[in-house]
Amino acid sequence: MAGPEIQIPDVSWRDNWREFPWWLIAIFAFLVVMAVLVFTDPDIKEAFLFIIPGVQITLYITLAGFVLALILGLLAGLGRISGNALVRNIAITYVEFVRGVPTLVLILTLAFVLVPAVSNAMGVDNRNVSIELRAILSLSIIYGAFLAEIFRAGIESISKGQMEAARSLGMNYRQAMQFIILPQAVRNISPALGNDFIAMLKDSSLASVLAVRELTQRARLYAGSTFRFPESYLVLTFCYLTMTIALSLLLRWYEQRLGKDSR
Amino acid sequence: MSDEIIVVDGLHKYFGHVQAVKGVDLRVGRGEVVLIVGPSGSGKSTVLRCINHLEVPTSGSVYIDGVHLEDKKTNINDVRAEVGMVFQQFNLFPHLTVLQNVTIAQEKVRKRSKDEAEQIAMEQLQRVGIPEKAGAYPRQLSGGQQQRVAIARSLAMQPKIMLFDEPTSALDPEMIKEVLDVMLDLAKGGMTMVVVTHEMGFAKAAADRVVFMDDGQIIEVGPPDQIFGKPQHERTQLFLSKILAH
Repeated sequence: MAGPEIQIPDVSWRDNWREFPWWLIAIFAFLVVMAVLVFTDPDIKEAFLFIIPGVQITLYITLAGFVLALILGLLAGLGRISGNALVRNIAITYVEFVRGVPTLVLILTLAFVLVPAVSNAMGVDNRNVSIELRAILSLSIIYGAFLAEIFRAGIESISKGQMEAARSLGMNYRQAMQFIILPQAVRNISPALGNDFIAMLKDSSLASVLAVRELTQRARLYAGSTFRFPESYLVLTFCYLTMTIALSLLLRWYEQRLGKDSR
Repeated sequence: MSDEIIVVDGLHKYFGHVQAVKGVDLRVGRGEVVLIVGPSGSGKSTVLRCINHLEVPTSGSVYIDGVHLEDKKTNINDVRAEVGMVFQQFNLFPHLTVLQNVTIAQEKVRKRSKDEAEQIAMEQLQRVGIPEKAGAYPRQLSGGQQQRVAIARSLAMQPKIMLFDEPTSALDPEMIKEVLDVMLDLAKGGMTMVVVTHEMGFAKAAADRVVFMDDGQIIEVGPPDQIFGKPQHERTQLFLSKILAH
């Protein structure tokens, strides 16, 4: 009973055209033009050479801040779902407080109010607390609150049956969390964690208000002393975009791999 | 009484304002196989879940081998290690292989070495008939195979009691038998079992007693022949006429 052969219209070239990542070409074009200018335009080259050492500090405060934020976020996320009302309310207070205040204002407040208060209470002269450390602490406290919500959502996305099965085998709550729930939750939320890492890299620019000599601060210093504002800020944009695009491509690749694994 | 391994006394359970269990008393002897049947919402799963404290009774007491579960001094994890539970939805750990599913609680709770845990795991997988799937992940298995792994996972803890909460209800018909065969084998081996199920064949072949529950209460208890053959109570007759009609 072979019917008439059905012609499948060949639309692959059209689909490819539509699906092609043109946005990536556009961004790469900008990055390439900037890279060429860094080598050919003496003004831009000078600006670049002044600003680029800031990458080291930007990456340092981002990485250190993110590791601390992961710890804080996990603790606060677990606190959010705790059966203990006191623990739960402390966690919610922390998260809602941070979410209700602009990031820039929080950085100023944490660096110039909380750090002196805590260091005085501990009997340490707060002038001994470096601005880099204040930036790291501020960013980690802020992102800890965002990550807490991600951790909470990740844990709640795991079906109740997983906890019940683990507990019915005699595991205590901590063992069930550590060996059964969290490994699955972390896998589910790893793309969201990656996104927040990129967001934190960008927000590390706010540390410039503490005069931390990261990328943004160096660009502002250079622009202020040379009055070459366009060069300074173009180079600054170029530096951030290079890092964030590289990271987000890495993240996309990882997500695709994750998707293939779970099939 | 040492031969009564499970004692449920005056069990009541509320979920909010809804009373799911209204005064249930149940005693299960060592090595006995007890089936709980009844319409959905009759509280049979809740009673089962109170036996290993996955649900905390609103009032009443549960004793496992003489240990009072509602006593604050009782370490519930120690009790649960002795009480295996098999769920309707299998609840295997999807991020672990079949072998790891069966070893993890042995290592973390029983504190067995990895080698010993793996050896016991393989014995149990052999027993449920799928040792060749040890390296597979749960998602690569059929429903029947997953449920058999779940049984092996519980058995590897060498429990005194096995609880089954509608173990075949989520299975395709052709896979029900392979799970029931494993359970039948267990029952013949002398395991104490409490099973919530509607499988009449299993009841007749393995059950010592059948408990019929409706509306949060035990309506009738008896050997399977009596409950299914000549039920005394009107509500039991009504329920059986419904499930045997097709």
